[in-house]
Amino acid sequence: MLKLSTTNKTMFIPFIVAGDPYPDVTVELALALQQAGASILELGVPYSDPLADGPIIQRAAQRALKHEMTLKKAIELVSLMRKKGLKIPIILFTYYNPVLQLGEEYFFALARKNNVDGVLIPDLPFEESGHIRQLSEQSGLSFISLVAPTSRNRIKKIASEAQGFLYCVSSLGVTGIRDTLPNELYEFLAEVKAHSRVPVAVGFGISRSEQIQTLKDHCDGVVIGSALVQKIEQLADCLKQEETRKDALIEFQQYAQSLVEPLQCNEMR
Amino acid sequence: MRAVPDERGRFGDFGGKFVPETLMLPIEEIERELTKALADERFLNEYLQVLYEYSGRPTTLTFAKNLTEKFNGAKIYLKREDLNHTGAHKINNAIGQALLAKRMGKKKIIAETGAGQHGVAAATVAARFGMECIVFMGEEDVKRQELNVFRMKLLGAEVVSVTSGNKTLKDATNEAIRYWVQHCDDHYYMIGSVVGPHPYPLMVREFQKIIGEEAKRQFLQREGKLPDVVVACVGGGSNAIGMFYPFLEEDVALVGVEAAGKGVDTSYHAATITKGTKGVIHGSFTYLLQDKHGQIIEPYSISAGLDYPGVGPEHAYLASTGRVQYDSITDDEALAALQLTAQEEGIIPAIESAHALAKAFQIAKERTKEEAVLVCLSGRGDKDVQTVMNYLQGGECVEVINY
Repeated sequence: MLKLSTTNKTMFIPFIVAGDPYPDVTVELALALQQAGASILELGVPYSDPLADGPIIQRAAQRALKHEMTLKKAIELVSLMRKKGLKIPIILFTYYNPVLQLGEEYFFALARKNNVDGVLIPDLPFEESGHIRQLSEQSGLSFISLVAPTSRNRIKKIASEAQGFLYCVSSLGVTGIRDTLPNELYEFLAEVKAHSRVPVAVGFGISRSEQIQTLKDHCDGVVIGSALVQKIEQLADCLKQEETRKDALIEFQQYAQSLVEPLQCNEMR
Repeated sequence: MRAVPDERGRFGDFGGKFVPETLMLPIEEIERELTKALADERFLNEYLQVLYEYSGRPTTLTFAKNLTEKFNGAKIYLKREDLNHTGAHKINNAIGQALLAKRMGKKKIIAETGAGQHGVAAATVAARFGMECIVFMGEEDVKRQELNVFRMKLLGAEVVSVTSGNKTLKDATNEAIRYWVQHCDDHYYMIGSVVGPHPYPLMVREFQKIIGEEAKRQFLQREGKLPDVVVACVGGGSNAIGMFYPFLEEDVALVGVEAAGKGVDTSYHAATITKGTKGVIHGSFTYLLQDKHGQIIEPYSISAGLDYPGVGPEHAYLASTGRVQYDSITDDEALAALQLTAQEEGIIPAIESAHALAKAFQIAKERTKEEAVLVCLSGRGDKDVQTVMNYLQGGECVEVINY
């Protein structure tokens, strides 16, 4: 179960896809992100039909599926990450259908055994998640809930059951890279924070330092996905080969660091 | 039985709302407005009025005299949904949903399409009601269905060629939903079958049940009794639900026919209920074709309208209770039935509908002359002529079929 405080500095929550570009490289990428100052890692499980994802993460999922990544293998990857020195909490980001096929009870047992800290299921809204939330709690995992700009009077009930942190979807749409974030976002974040007992993180579309600079005082964490996954896509060939991998990992880490630089000079709030 | 779905949108275990949080509000708005509309006499009258005046309903019931004689068994009757405006039952639903969108003040329509039939129906009603229409269609289908793409454009719709995934109906639906997530503040998503999150399966059934209501009335008038068997093809399953629903509580056997493609024991079929397993697709818990890890498998059928890896949750429910029997028909069987119907009755059915016909012929042969089989002829085959030609090697081997 995630125990996070809302008084610390704004968290950097990176998202990468398990198995992209290769399963063992995912472990190295996770370690690089820890080095870059990540507070929590969101590990995406590739899915054939990711309804909440834009083209960048869709392509990453396709790459990972080519290497026969599965939900079970992704969970087992977490153990490997731990062995290699990953200390930060790990949230598994998976669509519902792979969980159903693995079996809900077995999924949570396996996640617990492999030291997964939480789970986020983007196509399982509050009304459908009662049973899963219960199983998650029994297994000692945090079930991460989402609120969206359209949630309005749903915010209160979702926030009341939130565990770990509450994930705010920044704007209408799927994951991806957005040039601008809507002006109403700050009002929305303030409203969510007023209702939430757990830290509030914001994600979807956040891909630039300037955006993070403006957002950092309005939330407790920022989720960066597509921007990092796109960088992995660009570096895929170098990450693949033994000779060039090390340099590519350094480049990736430096990219992540520069992206979230505004968070490093955070004042205590 | 008629109480389904419950307030959570469940038909037994099936159905529900498995969508990203962003869509919960738009879906709740549609549910609220739909409930009001279905209880509003003026809305229902307007829906019927448009069906009668614009789409040419009621569609007729045809006694297939020659086919009946040929099989020398039960009488075969055809409910002629092919005579609708735009050539298939799809327009019934498109009209209903367009009126609902209008009632909700939405002026922009999103639709997905496989072969293009629902896309054409959506583009048609958008033109008629003065709305914008954007249709998502897999790149593969865009290539295969050039004429329908042009037809949609002629009607003023924008057609988006979808390049994600396998570039067919499943991916077009994914992309339509993604676009809806981004534009849900001013767009209405007009889904084309009894699939998707609640309330879509309920709504599309309500707008398609006129098929069965009319057929029941017409059959009673003609034969003084109800048919013994009712047959319809099932992809997502909207014509079948529309046909079956008014018969659910009658003593009538109901048979849904899935696409067996090259055979249900090959990996080339779309027989979701026959061969699939339970899971979530496009917002609904139902049967689907998937691997053991929960990744969705691309289906196959010569008929683009049956080529869908999921099935409406109400069908999944009716299969689980045993009320409806689901069987499958191969490409070859369907194409033979298509040619036979063309030659015997002067009707070229859609390849989708030919699956139902093939099954009906098998049933008719085994039944007595006192019995009757009613088939939903869901659409006309003009759109399939090219496919049939290719199948028959350029049309050179068209000859009288010995069935």
